[in-house]
Amino acid sequence: MAISFNLNGKQAMADVAPDTPLLWVLRDTLGMTGTKFGCGKALCGACTVHLNGQAVRSCQTPIGSVAGQKVTTIEGLAANHPVKKAWVALDVPQCGYCQPGQMMQASALLANNKSPSDADIDAWMSGNICRCGTYPRIRAAIKAAAKA
Amino acid sequence: MENIKMTARRDFLKATAAVGGGLSLGFYLPGASKVAEAQAATHSPNAWIKIGTDNSVTIMCARSEMGQDVYTSLAMLIAEELEVDVNKVKVEFAPPAEAYINALLGGQITGGSTSVRDAWEKLRKAGASARMMLVGAAAAQWNVDAAQCKAVGGAVTGPGGKRATYGQLAESASKMEVPKDVPLKPNAEWKQIGNMKQKRLDTPAKVAATATFGIDVRVPDMLYAAVAMPPMIGGTVASYDDERAKNMPGVKAVVQYSRGVAVVADSYWQAKKAKDLLEISWNEGPNANNDMRKVWGGMRDAAAQPGAVFREHGDADGALGSVAKLYEATYELPFLSHSPMEPMNTVAHVRADGATIITPTQFQQLVPFVVAGATGLKPEQINVITTFLGGGFGRRVEVDYTIDAAEISKAVGAPVKMVWSREDDMTHDSYRPGGIYKVKMGVDAAGKLVAYRYHGTSPSISSRLFPSIVKDGIDPFSVEAIDNFPYAVPNHKLTYQMFDAGITPGYWRGVSHNQNCYVVEGFIDEVAHALGKDPIQFRIDNLEYSEEKHKWSGLSAGQAVGGRMKRVLEDVKAKSGWGAKLPDGKGRGVAVMEGYNTVMAAVVDVTISKNYDVTVDKVTYSVDAGPLIHPDQAAAQVESSTIFGQSAALYGEITVKNGGVEQMNFDQYRVVRMNEAPKSIAIHWIPAAKDQPPGGLGEPATAVVTAAIGNAIFSASGIRVRRLPFSPENIKAFADPRHTMKPTNL
Ligand code: FES
Ligand code: FES
Repeated sequence: MAISFNLNGKQAMADVAPDTPLLWVLRDTLGMTGTKFGCGKALCGACTVHLNGQAVRSCQTPIGSVAGQKVTTIEGLAANHPVKKAWVALDVPQCGYCQPGQMMQASALLANNKSPSDADIDAWMSGNICRCGTYPRIRAAIKAAAKA
Repeated sequence: MENIKMTARRDFLKATAAVGGGLSLGFYLPGASKVAEAQAATHSPNAWIKIGTDNSVTIMCARSEMGQDVYTSLAMLIAEELEVDVNKVKVEFAPPAEAYINALLGGQITGGSTSVRDAWEKLRKAGASARMMLVGAAAAQWNVDAAQCKAVGGAVTGPGGKRATYGQLAESASKMEVPKDVPLKPNAEWKQIGNMKQKRLDTPAKVAATATFGIDVRVPDMLYAAVAMPPMIGGTVASYDDERAKNMPGVKAVVQYSRGVAVVADSYWQAKKAKDLLEISWNEGPNANNDMRKVWGGMRDAAAQPGAVFREHGDADGALGSVAKLYEATYELPFLSHSPMEPMNTVAHVRADGATIITPTQFQQLVPFVVAGATGLKPEQINVITTFLGGGFGRRVEVDYTIDAAEISKAVGAPVKMVWSREDDMTHDSYRPGGIYKVKMGVDAAGKLVAYRYHGTSPSISSRLFPSIVKDGIDPFSVEAIDNFPYAVPNHKLTYQMFDAGITPGYWRGVSHNQNCYVVEGFIDEVAHALGKDPIQFRIDNLEYSEEKHKWSGLSAGQAVGGRMKRVLEDVKAKSGWGAKLPDGKGRGVAVMEGYNTVMAAVVDVTISKNYDVTVDKVTYSVDAGPLIHPDQAAAQVESSTIFGQSAALYGEITVKNGGVEQMNFDQYRVVRMNEAPKSIAIHWIPAAKDQPPGGLGEPATAVVTAAIGNAIFSASGIRVRRLPFSPENIKAFADPRHTMKPTNL
């Protein structure tokens, strides 16, 4: 049976087994490849999206639990969102692979905390791995976005 | 070093001539609009540049973009001389072709921090030569002397206000003779090289998440493959039962391929769920019972062998028998995984008449040959398209995963995207080899260094991948940053012993610079402290200034560079707060190295807790890397390799049990996270000397920071940790006073 949910403001349908992780529904079924696969075990944050405004790991979110809810992916984060603008201004990405997850995690932080401290950033962002080591720039970009 | 010999069969230049007539070439970047490209006729003055009649300029990027910024920095080199604004060009990844061979590695390979160094003259000349052809075409058209014409901003201007755009000139320019003598701009005239404000050209796509990585590629009618590979290194499939897997929803086929069993389905998740139901029995292969007791036992036995001499002067062994003080130490390094964030994957479409392989690779030139071998096709029938790479770090120099995908596609007769799980990736990596390093230093009564002995034992990577460069028992990629031993010791003997540990060894960011910098810089620090000297001053006082060329340098300069070393050591001393008294639990350590023709010194500040947890607070660098093409991204590479090195230094260790890798995912293979990254990484650049070429920056900090962290731990705690990683367990083990280095007084 098709599962329907709100994806980036539009109705989306997926006719897949309800235990299929949202990550693979986005990437394979709907062709939205901005959300990345890194570990499949909630260890890296590459697959982070917003579910009803909260940052979640889409690799651990069965599509069945998403029916009727609101999902925002990196494609749905506005191009002029302060996080995206700060990421561009500071040239944060290197390989870029982890960055959609980083930006989704960071934008969820800023939605709840208008001026995060270093400790807030550490606590909030430490679930998102970047093997390229862009952490110093991510930190700076979050602070820049907070001021925007 | 001798080049790694590779011959590309397809010649890009020939292809260009054959296509001619204003057609664009038949390759494209996934994600790029083919329609838009087809609209404008393009002309190629050389393999690097395509100019459209619509004035579009496309620059071919012949190195793989894995974060290190070749996409922008290589384009800048061409744009500077071509007289176009790099921000207005389009960049495309080049196909495999002879024109794109990396002269420093002898193949179309991205690695060894060589991209900018190889490109430095070549790409500026390509840009200059195309510009001269455009100017020549304009001059001929206007019937004036070329000297009266000038190229600016993508157009040529001439006497009497004449002006023609590159687009208008492209066709006639591509028929001009290629100039032989191509002078380059003097540095003072650079407008783009060294631009502090230049942005990465790939950032907007990476922020919008429209940049296409291998794992993102979608082609019509594509199926998805999940794979089951042997849990033990070198194992093979004995038999399998796919009854349950075959009947799972979406499953199209279960196929055996050389390395394992693949489930092919309509989506990755369906394939993966079915794969988990396969029942496979394995031929365990030669490493079936391998474990760390065997690995280290074997390594220790190997280390007792004399090894092969790769550098010698005087009589080190003799002198060590009669020095006033003899210091000796043994260092041990673990195996490490690359673990880039994007797991290995490839889209392969093998047909009867050819194949398309779309893949995130660091070695596109090799792919047609291995895929040909796996499919029975000819290399020239195989089209390879390189995507963005979600990290590489040396892992993607290996082409194993392209072979797997090709075999699976061939077996099912459809385009297939094979995606590895993180567990597949971590357990089927090639691993930074572990090793044992024994060193001795003899000091005379006046405190002068008299004799030095180095004996390294580790698996040889090149013996597996490029055996022709291994000679007389020496792998040049095992002796980097030691062949160029930077301290003046009249009697020295450096030896290397290979050992096959049954753990596939691979090139890993920094390669043997990592092992040897830790050993050289850790030990010189020990000797400095033992003699009661300031570690920076002691290094400066003992630098080697002889410029004698050594034989086996891998990607180090192959000679000591005392003057450059002195400069970065003095600079880092001045800028790091060196010498200030630190509170309890805090320490400061230094290390210096030449690698990739970059000389860098680091001072690291650490805090160590009562439980031996180490925090890296601050890293200060002084770096002599010559001219910086894209300064902001040069800094980004140092930041990146610092944190990559820190992950290995504090946490990294791969172990095997029952022949297979034990670590499966990031919970077992810990890497640095946001809360652990240094709060400050300060980089001070030494201005380039006249005509100094650029040094490589993608790797050296990885090695330098590790050694400096170890020395900082000693400064903080008095504990000399001679085994990586600097985990609480290892630090605790070395806190035992039996490990304290006491000189043997002879
Ligand atoms: S892929 Fe979901 S957390 Fe890593
Ligand atoms: S930018 Fe490469 S993993 Fe984060």
